[in-house]
Amino acid sequence: MDSALIPKEAKRCSFPVFAVGIAVAGVIVLWGVYAMGLCWLKGLNQTNMNDYYGFALWIWADLAVIAIGGGAFFTGLLKYVFGIDELKNIINLAVVIGFVCYSSALLILAIDIGQPLRGWFIFWHANVHSMLTEVAFCLSLYFSVLIIEFIPLILENRKLDKIPFFHHLSHNMHGVMAVFAATGAFLSCFHQGSLGGVAGVLYGRPFAFREGLLVWPWTFFLFTWSAAAYGPCFTLTVLKIVEKITKKKLVKDNVVYTLAKISGWMITTYLIAKIIDTVYWALVTAPSLGFNFMSFYSNNKFYGLWILFAEIVLGGIIPAAILIKKDWRENSKLLILAIVLGTLGVCINRWVMVLQVMAPPVMTFDTWALYYPSWQEVATTVLPVAYGVILISLAYRYLPVFPQEKELNAE
Amino acid sequence: MIKKHNKAKAHKFGMVIDLDKCTGCGSCMVACMSENNVPFKENETNKKDSITWMHVYRLTNGKSFPDTEICYIPRPCMHCGGKGDHGHSPCVSVCPATATDYDYTTGIVSQIYTRCFGCRYCMAACPYHARYFNWWDPIWPSGMEKTLSPDVSPRMRGVVEKCSFCFHRYQAAKDTAYFEEREDITEDEYQTACAQACPANAIVFGDLNNSEHEVYKLVKPDPYHGGRPKEPKAFRLLERLGTNPKVYYISEREWVRKAGDNYVKGKEKDHKKHNTE
Repeated sequence: MDSALIPKEAKRCSFPVFAVGIAVAGVIVLWGVYAMGLCWLKGLNQTNMNDYYGFALWIWADLAVIAIGGGAFFTGLLKYVFGIDELKNIINLAVVIGFVCYSSALLILAIDIGQPLRGWFIFWHANVHSMLTEVAFCLSLYFSVLIIEFIPLILENRKLDKIPFFHHLSHNMHGVMAVFAATGAFLSCFHQGSLGGVAGVLYGRPFAFREGLLVWPWTFFLFTWSAAAYGPCFTLTVLKIVEKITKKKLVKDNVVYTLAKISGWMITTYLIAKIIDTVYWALVTAPSLGFNFMSFYSNNKFYGLWILFAEIVLGGIIPAAILIKKDWRENSKLLILAIVLGTLGVCINRWVMVLQVMAPPVMTFDTWALYYPSWQEVATTVLPVAYGVILISLAYRYLPVFPQEKELNAE
Repeated sequence: MIKKHNKAKAHKFGMVIDLDKCTGCGSCMVACMSENNVPFKENETNKKDSITWMHVYRLTNGKSFPDTEICYIPRPCMHCGGKGDHGHSPCVSVCPATATDYDYTTGIVSQIYTRCFGCRYCMAACPYHARYFNWWDPIWPSGMEKTLSPDVSPRMRGVVEKCSFCFHRYQAAKDTAYFEEREDITEDEYQTACAQACPANAIVFGDLNNSEHEVYKLVKPDPYHGGRPKEPKAFRLLERLGTNPKVYYISEREWVRKAGDNYVKGKEKDHKKHNTE
């Protein structure tokens, strides 16, 4: 039915099967859109947020998808700027994932604000001292770069490619892609960093506050580094999921191992910085503000040292160790364990730096603020996941996302 | 006409609350809500999404009967001067749309409701929980809208609001002074609703830069340390964070003064050192 659109010689499931899969994800999207509509029409009283807990589940999702979408800018940087050519075989997937993640992040921001029609005020009345202003500018600009990076892949669709203008446009865009990859990396450094700065500058919140360099708290640099380090883990996780569903090998092992190895070393260096940051905060920063380290991890029903362990050890040291050791990363099961743990690790970090910040009391006579999301928040947070499944499915079916697919699956 | 009105010395309006006088009656909260058209819900059970610009906290010394002592702490917006007292309050410095601003001529942190787009970053930044989000549309019982103050604009759903130190009263006082060709306003011309409503006279309001004003005499703010009180019985909430609040508290009781800030276990002596250095 849609065979004319499918890349030449590529094998895809029948259209009805594909349509059923898309319909299932579509139902989840509709559920999310309904919840989103409720938030827009009835207001944020549809959530379980309150004046103590002003950031909700979807803000965590926002930061998490931006972090795990970091594979796009970092893989682009490695391929186009550092010249690691073999990564051309996975860069398309990284770009599609990046596009999904960043478009989701922008959608989440549009749901999150109390007056969505005034969203443009962040550009019009910009406060140059605010990290959130920097986030808005860099995020929007980087999303534009991602669109530019995505367009050539779309134009390579079998039907579109037959149109000479599109064929040449795609070809020429590929030619100048290094410029956009470099621009994307530059912008990403700032929007990832400023997202880290959002928490780090909160000097009224000792759990989040960090000293830093000039106007940038250490979290600024840690967020950029962690997105570059862990982003590829998510790219590889999605690759493995797509390979599992399609029952095909889509990218050669040497490409996967190269990206995994780089990710491993990046996570290792990040962890060194993160551990130093945590120790300094625990021993110097927090006590100088009157807080014991344990005051942030006790006397409440949810946050204990387990979350620090989960972030640093389970989601950091273990994946880093697996990915930097050749024998381990070339073991398929250990590799999957590492990339999944890595993805979870950075997501936990974002939870800690956004949602946990709201929880501990600051005034001595105040109480812990714990929060659980409403169904509307869950639905709007699941919405980007279902949307991502649909977009990646469409891209896989109709676009030449994996250049090595034909070679690896020749009969 | 006054031609020199722009050259008036900068004010630094602030509040001193005597916690030994406060009975926790809540008059300040009621007066504030009435004065500032603060919206309320039909069911106010959940205090964490109720809007109370002035909020009275209750704390105890943690001792059992008969040594139990109670203290009530009224908490308006602290109108922080920020680190170094340069106006970079925790909330002002983070607002992405400049919807909250620091007025260097009064020291008051404003909130521009029509510019706020409801990101709530300022709420996350405020350690005092002095900022409130309008989760619902403001709805008053039928007929009650006629009692709203015409001097204060009601806020719409989806924006943040907070105590303004009854700034509209300052504007009215300035208008009067201007009309009467006076350069400046007097102490009693500009008083907040909570200060006037307090039956125990626990709340005093005035200009911390004016040595004639009661607030100055009560706490003796040190301009070289962001306004830290020289008066040993006075303290500010969370002084160690460097927020430089303009709301001071006074108490004879040491446990109350100590409750104003956090101290690492074993280093409680920092409390005395901090207040006297």
